[in-house]
Amino acid sequence: MANLFELQKKIAAVREQIETESKDLTDSKMVYEMRKVFLDKTGKVGQLMRYMKDVDPSQRAEFGKTVNELKNWALDYFGSLDEKMRKAELQRVYKSEQIDITMPAHTHVQGNLHPVTQVRNQLIDVFSGMGFEIYEGTEVENDYYNFTALNTPKDHPARDMQDTFYLSPEFVLRTQTSSAQIHVMENEKPPIKILSPGKVFRSDDDATHSPMFSQMEGLVVDKGITLGDLQGMLDVFVKKVFGQETRTRLRPSYFPFTEPSVEVDVSCFECGGTGCSFCKHTGWIEVLGAGIVNRKVLENCGIDPDVYSGLAFGIGIERVAMLKYGINNIKQLFESDLRVLNQINDR
Amino acid sequence: MVAPLSWLKEYVEIDVTPQELQEKLFSCGFEVEELHQVGEDISGVVVGLVETCESIPDTHLHLTTVNAGEHGTFQVCCGADNVAAGKKFPLALVGATVYATAKDHVTVEGVMTIKKGKLRGYESFGMLCSGVELGLSEDLYEGAGYNGLLVLPDDAPVGADVKPLLGLDDWLFDIAITANRPDCQSIFGIAREVAAVLGKELKEPALDFHPSDVEKEGFSVTVEDQDLCPRYIGHYVSDVRIGTSPAWMRRRLALVGMNSISNIVDITNYVLAELGQPMHAFDEDFIRGGRIVVRRARKDEVIITLDEQEYVMNENTLCICDAEGPVALAGVMGGLNSEIRDTTKAVLFESAKFMRDNIRHTSRALGKRTDASARFEKGVDEYTTVMAMKRALHLVEELGCGTVAKTHCDTNTGNSIEASPMEVSIAKVNSVLGIEVPTDEIVRIMNHLGFSPQAKGDTLHLMVPAFRTDIENYPDISEEVIRMYGYEHIVPTMLKSAAVTAGGLTLKQRTEKALKERLCAEGLYEAMHYSFFSPSDLDLLGYAEDAPERNAVRILNPINEDLSILRTTLAASMLHAIERNQKEGTISGRLFEMASRFEAKSLPLTDYPKEKETLCVGLWGPNDNFFTLKGIAESIAQFLHINFTCQAAKVSFLHPYQNAEIFCEGEKVGYLGCVGYELMRTLSLRTKAYIMELDLSLLEKYYDIPVRFAPIPKFPVEKRDLALVMRREILCAQVEEVIKDACRYVSDVALFDVYEGAPIPADKKSMAFTVTFTPGEEELTPERLDGFVHKILKKLKATLDIDLRE
Repeated sequence: MANLFELQKKIAAVREQIETESKDLTDSKMVYEMRKVFLDKTGKVGQLMRYMKDVDPSQRAEFGKTVNELKNWALDYFGSLDEKMRKAELQRVYKSEQIDITMPAHTHVQGNLHPVTQVRNQLIDVFSGMGFEIYEGTEVENDYYNFTALNTPKDHPARDMQDTFYLSPEFVLRTQTSSAQIHVMENEKPPIKILSPGKVFRSDDDATHSPMFSQMEGLVVDKGITLGDLQGMLDVFVKKVFGQETRTRLRPSYFPFTEPSVEVDVSCFECGGTGCSFCKHTGWIEVLGAGIVNRKVLENCGIDPDVYSGLAFGIGIERVAMLKYGINNIKQLFESDLRVLNQINDR
Repeated sequence: MVAPLSWLKEYVEIDVTPQELQEKLFSCGFEVEELHQVGEDISGVVVGLVETCESIPDTHLHLTTVNAGEHGTFQVCCGADNVAAGKKFPLALVGATVYATAKDHVTVEGVMTIKKGKLRGYESFGMLCSGVELGLSEDLYEGAGYNGLLVLPDDAPVGADVKPLLGLDDWLFDIAITANRPDCQSIFGIAREVAAVLGKELKEPALDFHPSDVEKEGFSVTVEDQDLCPRYIGHYVSDVRIGTSPAWMRRRLALVGMNSISNIVDITNYVLAELGQPMHAFDEDFIRGGRIVVRRARKDEVIITLDEQEYVMNENTLCICDAEGPVALAGVMGGLNSEIRDTTKAVLFESAKFMRDNIRHTSRALGKRTDASARFEKGVDEYTTVMAMKRALHLVEELGCGTVAKTHCDTNTGNSIEASPMEVSIAKVNSVLGIEVPTDEIVRIMNHLGFSPQAKGDTLHLMVPAFRTDIENYPDISEEVIRMYGYEHIVPTMLKSAAVTAGGLTLKQRTEKALKERLCAEGLYEAMHYSFFSPSDLDLLGYAEDAPERNAVRILNPINEDLSILRTTLAASMLHAIERNQKEGTISGRLFEMASRFEAKSLPLTDYPKEKETLCVGLWGPNDNFFTLKGIAESIAQFLHINFTCQAAKVSFLHPYQNAEIFCEGEKVGYLGCVGYELMRTLSLRTKAYIMELDLSLLEKYYDIPVRFAPIPKFPVEKRDLALVMRREILCAQVEEVIKDACRYVSDVALFDVYEGAPIPADKKSMAFTVTFTPGEEELTPERLDGFVHKILKKLKATLDIDLRE
């Protein structure tokens, strides 16, 4: 009959062997192999059960319990050892996959809308929020719509203000988007709120002039429209486009199709109005022309000027783009130089 | 329009600084584009009394002591021949700035600062100055033209700044005058506004004269074409004594940039500057037959003008004739034959209103622009025409250069030169402004502007001066009020009376905006090019003689030939953009432009041409090829929910075998391809370029295809790869079509490999496709799929003799 004490020493020896041998383990695979050696059916722990037959029957339960305890302990032991090894292994993998995060990104090249389109979209956003519809006229225009209906008859000196490209005695390349006013007013009844963006043409080609540029005409015709409304609306526009701090200033000017006519200046967004080289030390930058629609223009379109009144404004889109982005040469906008186009990415 | 401050002060008291006046003028609608002092470069020059003057031996120099009063007494070396003791000259003290002159002592070469100097061993503390060194001419200051020292008056206070003494402290206002205010194209016109804006009294120039009994027998004026000359006033002046004008007149003319010629001519120029009415003086001796006829010229009638140029006139040219023929080009320039000479004994003064458009046409047609024509083009008013004649005759008497005769002719159409009554509602005047300007303010302002206002209840009675041809209705009064009251009084409102409107973009606008954004996402940059291009571009692109692209609208007055026709294709501008980019070293890039092509219904234009919205895409660089561009086309098709198919084409400037037309629903909508080698060489392109044009005007009808959701199939899609062997000339699209036709479950056919070479026979190629099958209501079992593939292979064999690769 084997002595239980002796057997328990054997059990302790197995545990000691596990503890000793496991010290040399370096990865989860070795843990697995060693676990097999001790815990498989034929493993060293299981084999302890072979001594059962030698144990005094009264002590067999005690012996069995002790072996079981060893088994449970070993399961836990290898379990935690395995977890430890796996963690260490992951760390090694991570380490092996270390990268230089300052290396360049993989990008998909995105293009940009033309600076003029970007500004145009911004303006459209502002004004369509105020209830303006967008009307795009044609680039070729009848003399009547470009001039006569806009209170600029043939002998009018204001025609000198614009050097016109003629295509025939009757047709011109429009010199202003104001011509759109007439088409709209001929076809729609007030209330009218339209914005008409597009290309316009003047026979002017030098360092600061381009024979083609873009304008955006705005027109409101309704009852009781005033200069106060003009300023209020333009205040909203300049704040949205040039920043919340921007102020407007109206000053008298002349256009045949508005009376009164005004030039609208905005406070210089470089210096805030204190004067700098950007605004030629005046604190103000001229951005657009505007006014109350001339009664004759309303009459020309069959709208009763005693019932309705209107306001109109015309913005040079390139000018706004150049001011906003600091582009100093208008010609650069039409040369499609990618080194220019890829710089302007506004919202 | 240049207005000297000193001249303005003749009509109105100005008690503000020039800078303040500039601000005031700006606020009431007259932008002073430039404000500068006449002697802005001159400083530190004082009246010097030469006390001693000894010549320095063996030189032309003199050693002087100059008393400069409070500044001290200085030893000054001087080389001028008129230096003399006891006389007063301008002394530039050490540190002063004056003009530096060339060796001729006349040509100004810049501004110099006076330093302590040494001449022939003699120290010099300053410089005695000539007129030129102070920026003066004989006309600006009598005696300043002398090539030596400028002699100052004996009573000039020693040590005083010379600038006020010489008029160098005067200011010049260069003012932009808007086209609606021709009445302000004169010194007196500006003075009216200055008086109004400062609230000061306006002094009218003297107009009185005393006609003698002298009469020109049988003299007559006939205006045959009153439509071009509604008023013509002629007045005789006898006993003319031609000479130089007085210094004050010469100085004023010089300040506004006019040369003094002789007293009679100067009077006409002076009146032009002062009142804005061009005048002319004819030598009476050369008015043949004692009559003036104003008429349209006959065809090919010839006139030789004062400047000895010969002009051939036509029926649109208005001319002034005597009994025998033209003596002046009306409103532009006088004729050489009746020019004022030193010997002139009697003159006929002319003050007339010629119609602005006719003068402009004549001036343009003959290429002759004068002070007079420039002024007539802006429009003159008859009030001023009448006033100018009186002023000229007054000046004749003031200068004592002739006797105003009795003979006076005034041919007119009965237009009043009196102020005309006008009534406006004060409420309406305010309704334009959106604020209530106090009635007494309105009255005050209109009074200063010379409208003699009287307010009775809501009615404002006004007398509109005859020269204010721009005043027609109450909005004009609103403008007069607010420009004087101040725009800063406007209270911003947000369309407070207007109705709410919907606003926003149309479907077309929304689609094209989103399409542009889509193209940007594809890596394309948007370009914008001129709507016109060069006829040589049509040749560059090799268009056939009868190609529709050659049917371009011409600009009648182009800037140059390169910008002379409207675009019939966007490709040329795009190619030039690629050319420029490559020249700048950008060897790869992607651009697109959305713009109109112009298609004339007939030429010359009798109706609006069609403006066809077109998209042009240009790619260049080593990483792009035909299929990158085709991919962009397909992206556009996908965006518009349509399908494009390509067919081989013969676009003239493209590679003959990388050249395709794009079809949508059987309609040709564009083309794409690789730029041909000939064009690459012409444009010096270093990398290949690819061009596509799509006619958006044809695609617009698809913009409203609704977006519909298709339910996700219950069963998964299945894919099978088929490697096929076929004759080389078979096109990918043919194979795709057969596969799609063979089985209705095929939802996609995608080429993934092309192979030529062993073991494939030399006349054949292998193409491998992934075929996607989308199930219907039932699952696609392997057996069913096998059946589909079998059917596909059978049809491929039957139609195109295609085999499955072993």
